Amino acid sequence: MSNEGRQTGRGFAGSLQRYLPGIVLSPTILAAVVFIYGFIMWTAWISLTESGLLPRYKLAGFLQYVKLFQNDRWWVASRNLAIFGTLFIFFCVVFGLILAILLDQRIRVEGALRTIYLYPMALSFIVTGTAWRWMLNPGLGLERLVREMGFTSFTFDWLVNSKMSIYTIVIAGVWQSTGFVMALFLAGLRGIDDSIIKAAQVDGASLPKVYWRIIIPSMRPVFFSAVIIMSHIAIKSFDLVMVLTRGGPGYSSDLPATFMYTFAFTRNRLAFGAASAIIMFMAVMSIIVPYLYSELRMKRNG
Amino acid sequence: MALAMVVFMSVPGAMAGEVEVLHWWTSGGEAKSVAVLKDLLEKEGHTWKDFAVAGGGGDTAMTVLRSRAVAGNPPTAAQVKGPQIQQWGDEGVLADLGRVARAEKWDDIIPGVVAQVMKYKGQYVAVPVNVHRINWMWVNPAVFKKAGATIPKTWAELEEAAKKIQAAGMVPIAFGGQDWQEATVFESIVIGLGGADFYRKALMKADPAALNSPTMVKAFERFKSLKQYTDKNAPGRDWNLATAMVIKGEAGMQFMGDWAKGEFTAAGKKPGVDYLALPMPDTDKYFLFNVDSFIFFKQRSVPAGQAAEAMARLILQPKFQEVFNINKGSIPVRLGMPKKNFDAPAQMSMDDFVATAASGGLVPSMAHEMAVYPEVRGAIFDVVTNFYNSDMSAADAAKRLASEVAAAK
Repeated sequence: MSNEGRQTGRGFAGSLQRYLPGIVLSPTILAAVVFIYGFIMWTAWISLTESGLLPRYKLAGFLQYVKLFQNDRWWVASRNLAIFGTLFIFFCVVFGLILAILLDQRIRVEGALRTIYLYPMALSFIVTGTAWRWMLNPGLGLERLVREMGFTSFTFDWLVNSKMSIYTIVIAGVWQSTGFVMALFLAGLRGIDDSIIKAAQVDGASLPKVYWRIIIPSMRPVFFSAVIIMSHIAIKSFDLVMVLTRGGPGYSSDLPATFMYTFAFTRNRLAFGAASAIIMFMAVMSIIVPYLYSELRMKRNG
Repeated sequence: MALAMVVFMSVPGAMAGEVEVLHWWTSGGEAKSVAVLKDLLEKEGHTWKDFAVAGGGGDTAMTVLRSRAVAGNPPTAAQVKGPQIQQWGDEGVLADLGRVARAEKWDDIIPGVVAQVMKYKGQYVAVPVNVHRINWMWVNPAVFKKAGATIPKTWAELEEAAKKIQAAGMVPIAFGGQDWQEATVFESIVIGLGGADFYRKALMKADPAALNSPTMVKAFERFKSLKQYTDKNAPGRDWNLATAMVIKGEAGMQFMGDWAKGEFTAAGKKPGVDYLALPMPDTDKYFLFNVDSFIFFKQRSVPAGQAAEAMARLILQPKFQEVFNINKGSIPVRLGMPKKNFDAPAQMSMDDFVATAASGGLVPSMAHEMAVYPEVRGAIFDVVTNFYNSDMSAADAAKRLASEVAAAK
């Protein structure tokens, strides 16, 4: 049909057909340009001003960035993001892969199990945070449970310990997102050509060896996607912290996203918050750009 | 038309307009209190458009307000308090309430310290609604009796009593480990230890020398010394859960503003019998206040301006002051109100309000956004909460207080 139109396309019908995709897409493109790239530019501009309560557009140089890097709380938040991001991605990928491999063994109730593991992803971080806040609270949850079972010296007080509180966020985050990573890996595992595995088995390779040498290496793109998705979840993590620890005790479990919100919206330091947002944006870009670059180059070569 | 005539005639000289009011009084008692103002206003023929934004002590509401103001379409009035009134004044969007203020003699019925907060460049731009006292101590006398402790009036007595309660197996101090609650206790300690003048220098003017002074170091030490009398589940606890510990007799006392009274009342407890409300040790001569207020934006039309002025006038009328504050648990900001309908803690608060206004002990609360700009308040919060929850020394905390406040200004 479309071929026919393109060949005989003269007059209104023909040009409509040619420009229709552009016309249909233009609102989306316009919206993306304004609301994504436009606001990124706007935030960058604001971060170079002295805006407080309301935006002011007079440029003031890199003052806010200097202040940001002198702020102790910002460094706590950044360090927390490094800890949280690394552990969160690592454990999600490891547990997700193990679960996916176990489920890949064509077991009987696979459908049910997959749903069970994937289910936490359907909950919002608010629910996860609330549930884990109760479970990890020493007076309500785990510690009390174990003590009532007779182990009276058992302590698990990470939630109220300013040195350990960031790790409770890792626990809740991993619990939430592992199922999602598992689903990604499972899809990847199912996409691998059976004949390669059969050939390896004919050659006498054991099952672990087949996984280790053949299947996992050939899932490199899936690993990439999982890490990219997990890292942007980690960087924008906000609700989990807000509900689970509120950044506390003190500000020991603050993350850059909660930092930005606090300063821009509750302390009337719009420009300062914008500066922290731009730094976060650059952090995301430094992960995404090399990834996109390598992906696109691979396609061109392939 | 007929309706409009009736309305017009019932209020001679006024035109009917609409007020749109942004507030976050959405809980049961609060919403009921706001409805009173709405009724009074509608009796004068104006219409009331409610713009209630629920949540989080007004953070959400402020974000909404900011976007409306940027778009050039602010509501008539918005619940904004303390030095933020000055920041809005700097933006040049506030209405001048001078005419109402002069007609109603606001300068005579509001204490000068409060009036100062409501004025921008000497002119009223905001109307105060109520007064909360911050430096309260809520006591469960049964716990003290069981532990054989006496109810403290000074810091030394407090420590003695706390030790006894702890020895008896109960929690001496119910504490909520959130930054604003920590700051609430901290500022009461600062004024108790350093007096009103030191408080003004340190936590109102944010004077670096006062912030990094031996008195401040001592205040930090005293603040940290409370930690041993709290339970370890305190971090992150909401203030009302801490109050519940006092109500249930699990804890002996709590330091919290007078909104805690609402929890006791809701639990069916009687003041003087089931619980006692006293000023926090060493602070009986001081009254740290938190005043809720409305700012008014410039109006384009005459009727809208008149409706706004009517609302400003009604807020300070005795009738609204009484009903609203009894519901809210606060006290009237208007001086000389009859006391008989208020409960005992409120009556005591009203007496102290007048007395401290005369003696100079009436000071705005830093923790509750009355004394410094939000950016400075945030910097103080950061240092106080980080100090309380880490191994930082008191001397370092005072030093950092001065430097972080300077960076935030």
